[in-house]
Amino acid sequence: MEKEKKWPEKWQELTPGCMVFRPGSTREYHTGTWRAQRPVYDTSRCIKCGVCYIFCPEGCITQDADGYFTANLDYCKGCGICAHECWPGAITMVEEG
Amino acid sequence: MSKRIGMEIALAAAEAVALCKPDVVAAYPITPNTHIPEHLSDIVAEGRIDADFICVESEHSALSACCGASGAGARAFTATSSQGLLYMAEIVPIVSAMRLPIVMAIGNRALSGPINIWNDHSDIMSQRDTGWISMFAADGQETIDMMIQAFKIAEHRDVMLPVNINLDGFQLTHVVEPMMMPDQKEVDKFLPAYKPFAALHPDNIVSMGALAMPDIFNEAMQAKDHALINSKKVILEVWKEWEEQFGRKYEPIGAYRMDGAEVALLTLGSMGDTAEVAVDELREQGVKAGLLKLKLWRPFPTEELLKAVKGLKSLAVIDRAVSFGGVNGPVAAEIKAALYDQKERPLITNHIIGLGGRDVVVADFVKMVQQAISAQKKKPKEAYEIYGVRGS
Repeated sequence: MEKEKKWPEKWQELTPGCMVFRPGSTREYHTGTWRAQRPVYDTSRCIKCGVCYIFCPEGCITQDADGYFTANLDYCKGCGICAHECWPGAITMVEEG
Repeated sequence: MSKRIGMEIALAAAEAVALCKPDVVAAYPITPNTHIPEHLSDIVAEGRIDADFICVESEHSALSACCGASGAGARAFTATSSQGLLYMAEIVPIVSAMRLPIVMAIGNRALSGPINIWNDHSDIMSQRDTGWISMFAADGQETIDMMIQAFKIAEHRDVMLPVNINLDGFQLTHVVEPMMMPDQKEVDKFLPAYKPFAALHPDNIVSMGALAMPDIFNEAMQAKDHALINSKKVILEVWKEWEEQFGRKYEPIGAYRMDGAEVALLTLGSMGDTAEVAVDELREQGVKAGLLKLKLWRPFPTEELLKAVKGLKSLAVIDRAVSFGGVNGPVAAEIKAALYDQKERPLITNHIIGLGGRDVVVADFVKMVQQAISAQKKKPKEAYEIYGVRGS
């Protein structure tokens, strides 16, 4: 199947009022490209408390099978709130690029 | 069959809207448009139409409620004036961007301050560039006709845009005039039931008003501009249908005694009727004067304007709003821009009149025409004047 285009190529291809008829299409907005810094987790310090998950304004942090947390970098904008809130100091913000 | 009535124009406007059977009316009272929604609330309370009248707590909520209702596929109507329109301002461009065919009556009133409840056009001019179709009624008959036309134009599948109908506060809203009021059968024949392009419903998958990042915003604006420009075709078609069914002709720019005219006035709204009398007087004196009445403000009828001003030496453009610190009043600036590329064009004088309800009488229009003629010999120092201002 041909991959659906992210954007209409031409203005004529826009639906009236830019209405969106496909559910969940916002997932394709990979807003993580706006990021200047990314969170790096140190699992040796992580106590699996989930405070990063609670405070993440993007809701892009999930828990893995072992109970550790990770940020989905497709959507993480690098705000650093997780690192600020992580009291055991398991998250460090690292420059991108 | 249409019935000849004598009625306050605001009430007649409400009656005309009721004939269009809106599903939702949401409005907040503000002078001088208040009688329109007030009378509609009576009509709903009496059970004459099956509509929800939403008593909202502000104009911001009024247009927001209409926005949601229209998104759900309802025929929605609201009305406001002056600061009420400004309070709606956040939603005004969103409605057109979402292509929702809401109809709004604006009982034009000066923007504060100083606080003033009387008529001029500063309210609508502040919302000029929001992507709505914008029309000006010159009298009661045009007001009721345009209300009914507006729904048909707005809901046309090739348009899908909101329409605002401007009627001068007090000069129109509170005046009793004789009018022909169409009956339900006639309106039902003219205006089909609204079939929305898409409607918000749990069974339908549609998102309206989603985020558009820089990658797509240019294209969205181009599409919005194109939709508005393209709406003129449908407006002309609907006006033609109206003329065929009701016998009353509508044009983007109405012409009065323009045959052989060398000088003309150009007006928006109710002052056109006073200007007609001035033109009659000038013609009697042998002055080749005429009058252009601009009815369609957005999309701007450039093509019709170029035809209308052919042969004119002078054109006195009347504004009822100040573009503070600008080059001209909003109407004159538009007209000058439209004529800039023309080799032959009339000399334009710009008179800003009737601010905040200041009376303008026939003699004033005669004087403005004379100023436009004498400008041929001696150009005025300023590009515009606030006419009749004391101390100048």
